[in-house]
Amino acid sequence: MVEALLFFAPASLIIIGALIVIFAKNPVHNAMGLVMTLVSLAIIYITLNATFVAMVQMLVYAGAVMTLFLFVIMMIGVDKKEQTTDSLKGQTFLVSGVFLILISLLAYVAISSDFKWDLWFPPVEFDAEGTPQLIAGTLFTEWIFPFEIISLLLIVATAAAIALAYDTKKRNNNA
Amino acid sequence: MLEVTTDWYLTLAAILFSIGFLGMMIRKNALIMFMCIELMLNAVNLTFISASKHFGQIHGQVFVFFVLVVAAAEVVVGLAIIVSIFRKQSSASVDVLNVSRG
Repeated sequence: MVEALLFFAPASLIIIGALIVIFAKNPVHNAMGLVMTLVSLAIIYITLNATFVAMVQMLVYAGAVMTLFLFVIMMIGVDKKEQTTDSLKGQTFLVSGVFLILISLLAYVAISSDFKWDLWFPPVEFDAEGTPQLIAGTLFTEWIFPFEIISLLLIVATAAAIALAYDTKKRNNNA
Repeated sequence: MLEVTTDWYLTLAAILFSIGFLGMMIRKNALIMFMCIELMLNAVNLTFISASKHFGQIHGQVFVFFVLVVAAAEVVVGLAIIVSIFRKQSSASVDVLNVSRG
């Protein structure tokens, strides 16, 4: 009972937040819907024994990434009217059709078919909590090469952001 | 009382991914499209973590960190591009972007 509640309450919040993200008109509301989704996902991660991932989700996504989004919204303003006409004819209609097909297929597979994940792949009893020790033990031994590559990616991204934000014309005029 | 199995988590992730896809396709504001990419990446993270729990292995959770870092890098570069486009075009709509020349 408690387990089901701990799944369905965050799950409904996740879906409501995602719908706010795609349907709200004001970009600040969109960002707040995304925060709702990310925090509820962190709750789901805790119920799945991934405590450290949940903490990182809160810090990195709900903290850093959303702050970045809000800064950019602040810079480019919220008063711009978004253009609502399609440049491709019938794009919204077609995409909504694809979405409905996806969702109905999903509902069919989830509810009425014989495919059940738990029967095909029997679950393993796994009570170990995703603590920092356990994750670091794997990350710094088996995954060390991807880890180094990803740190390189972060440096490249930082340099790219600086290069993009550097306004060369203005700089030359001032000098 | 119904038991929450792995199917439920995977279904939730699929719904989240579909919503992100829908938003990516119907919105014109580049900023909102980035948020939809975040939704899709988070759906994938949820899949990884539920599979990690299901198979009793920690590797799914480790991989989520890589997805997180890639998402952060992508947001940083993407938002910098949006800001520099906005400086030039004074609009964040993707429909005005019909040249790739700077």
